[in-house]
Amino acid sequence: MRILYFAWVRQRIGIDEEEVAVPESVRDVAGLLDWLKTRGPGFEEALRDPSAVRIAVNREFAQSDAALSPDDEVALFPPVTGG
Amino acid sequence: MTVKVQREDFDPGREIEALTARNRAVGGVASFIGLVRDMADGRTVGAMTLEHYPGMTEKMLAEIEAEAQARWPLEASLIVHRYGRLEPGDRIVLVATASAHRQAALEACHFLIDWLKTEAPFWKLEETDDGAERWVDARASDDAAAAHWRRTEKPTD
Repeated sequence: MRILYFAWVRQRIGIDEEEVAVPESVRDVAGLLDWLKTRGPGFEEALRDPSAVRIAVNREFAQSDAALSPDDEVALFPPVTGG
Repeated sequence: MTVKVQREDFDPGREIEALTARNRAVGGVASFIGLVRDMADGRTVGAMTLEHYPGMTEKMLAEIEAEAQARWPLEASLIVHRYGRLEPGDRIVLVATASAHRQAALEACHFLIDWLKTEAPFWKLEETDDGAERWVDARASDDAAAAHWRRTEKPTD
């Protein structure tokens, strides 16, 4: 799975994108966030409050119950502030 | 329908001229230009850096434009949004809509800027005069402005 991080989520985690083998137990967005949090203090800090993080799956906004498959592109970022 | 996501500045006059060139059905053009302010929440802003999600940004802006085209009888529409480091006074975004009549152009322009503020994946990092950096928080008022259009039925022209 390709995972991208933007804005302060990127800064706290310390990387902008990665290709990861996600455990089979991860089936949806909520499961992915729970697993990511276990990967280190940066992840834990960035994802401590899941309500502060927005998710896109394959470049569409997704909710926490959205199903995931290994070839998905998932992005994690704060609420958007363009315009 | 045109979407441009670019680092470089744009010329609003030229962009709007190109939007309506050779289309004699256009009776009115509405536009909005967003600029970098020098103050934010009482702090002096020296510069800001706009980050975005290449690929998703263009896709979301195209979807937002398609939504405007579906709701209003537009002859043409344009969104130009910059990224990278910008200073106070610099242009950030241009939205322009052209229609036979003013109401559709004005409403669609208003819709596009409200909608893109909550749907397009851009993030602003402000630098204050003392060198501190701060990610701009999303505003509840922007969510409310976008939600207003969610409740609105398709208007008549």
